[in-house]
Amino acid sequence: MALIEVRNVVAGYGGAPILNGVNIAIEQSDIGVIVGPNGAGKSTTLKAIFGLLKVSSGEVLFEGEDITNSLPDRLVPRGLSFVPQEKNVFTTLSVEENLEMGAFIRRDDISGTLEEIYAMFPVLAEKRRQPAGELSGGQRQMVAMGRALMSKPRLLMLDEPSAGLSPRYVLEIFEHIVTVNKAGVGILMVEQNARQALAFASRGFVLAQGQNRYTGTGPELIADPEVAKSFLGG
Amino acid sequence: MDELIFFINKVIVAGTVLGSIYALGAVGVTLIFGILRFAHFAHGDMMTLGAFIAYVLVGAFAALGIHLPIPLGVAVLPFAMALTAVAALGLDRGFYAPLRRMGAQPITLLIASIGVTLMLQGLVRLFFGTGTRTFFEFETKDIFRFDMSWIGGSRPITVTGPQLWMVALVVVTVLALHLFLTRSRLGKGMRAMSDNPDLAQVSGINTALVVRVTWTIAGALACMAGTMLALDVSLKPDLAFNIILPVFAAAVVGGLGQTYGAIAGGFLVGFAETLAVFDWAVFVRPFREHLPDWLATASGLSLVPTEYKLTVAFVILVIVLLARPTGIFKGLST
Repeated sequence: MALIEVRNVVAGYGGAPILNGVNIAIEQSDIGVIVGPNGAGKSTTLKAIFGLLKVSSGEVLFEGEDITNSLPDRLVPRGLSFVPQEKNVFTTLSVEENLEMGAFIRRDDISGTLEEIYAMFPVLAEKRRQPAGELSGGQRQMVAMGRALMSKPRLLMLDEPSAGLSPRYVLEIFEHIVTVNKAGVGILMVEQNARQALAFASRGFVLAQGQNRYTGTGPELIADPEVAKSFLGG
Repeated sequence: MDELIFFINKVIVAGTVLGSIYALGAVGVTLIFGILRFAHFAHGDMMTLGAFIAYVLVGAFAALGIHLPIPLGVAVLPFAMALTAVAALGLDRGFYAPLRRMGAQPITLLIASIGVTLMLQGLVRLFFGTGTRTFFEFETKDIFRFDMSWIGGSRPITVTGPQLWMVALVVVTVLALHLFLTRSRLGKGMRAMSDNPDLAQVSGINTALVVRVTWTIAGALACMAGTMLALDVSLKPDLAFNIILPVFAAAVVGGLGQTYGAIAGGFLVGFAETLAVFDWAVFVRPFREHLPDWLATASGLSLVPTEYKLTVAFVILVIVLLARPTGIFKGLST
């Protein structure tokens, strides 16, 4: 059974639908990467899964159960977590408080998870009392990922985690994503850095105009001359 | 020395009292703005409602023959605060929550709250009439006179019992609020939602619960502020309508959404008002012989007459907004 399965989803912001029948399926061991041109519906797909906009037809299944149009306060306890692209930290809260907010739904002891996050991102441990708004772009992205991992998700969705980061940080963030995946968390992410992201993707989805255009493993898609020509800049 | 004692009575004591009341009101306004992003105009009338609830409870206590070593108005406060919090939750559920569900703009909610203001005022008048009432029908107001003869003063510093209670309760309340916002899971959730409501939702924070907690706190603090004002002066149906403007000024001056800013803004506006209406002539009198006639014989050397006290809040508001458009503590914008 797939960890997350999106079946023929049609969704939009009220006007004409942006997604016109998108299909996605990944396993818990997968890193799924959605690529495609601007306006293809990449971010919209993640938002539709996470209940941030209305799915008008089709269905979303998480571990075989229907979660279509469920809201985040139901999805986070089920094991889904989402890192938005922008404004993804609480700027006035300290780094540690940001992480605690990711665990808001948990009633058990969170100190162990907190230590795991600090072990993964040692720089955050140093800055745990500092307001997240004072951190650099790369460090903020770590706070955002850390916050999303605090709920112990089984699926982590990231919207362009490398956006606005320097090349050094892009590589570092991708390495962290692989680490998280090896620890048993399924990954579904949208990336602008298509070629770099597909290189380590076990499942790649090329969207265009709100529909699937190509699907395969990351390396397969990179090797496909059609995909390379139309979507990866030759 | 008597001049200084006069100054302490008229400015320090009165400013602390007024500042405490404004601070409690402004904290409620700023919390509601932070969480729901609209200016809750009916906050002043929640204060009046809270004061009348306390008044009814005092009457009930007195009728039951309960006499306590503390003023009844203070003794009933926990019950009155709880009831006002329930009323605040009811107002939200009845009027604001349906509008939010329809995706109403902040301006719509503001106008709805003006409607709630008029409704609450009407309800209070319907049950209690338009007359002025006092909390001290059944007991006397303690007045403490601190003898100042040891520093050469012939007059005492005068403080009433309710005023002492008020200052003590405000200190305790501010400390409790601080601990709640910085230590508790829900308090941090409130700050998170005020910071970034979309991310709060994405994080799985129960935003509906945060909204309820916000109304509970705002309602309880409004009751406390209204009751204190009524204990200090008198109880009238339009009690808080006159106070809502300085309370808003305090919240904006402090930076909307900033709890500590609202407290600072409350005391700033409170002291500014008492300083502005203070008659500086008392400080001129001892030097009368050395001053030109026009100054020596001047009376009423206050910056503004008492009836124009309200303008002071707005002068401060304008000055602060010109210098720091988001308030003293960097606040939110709509």
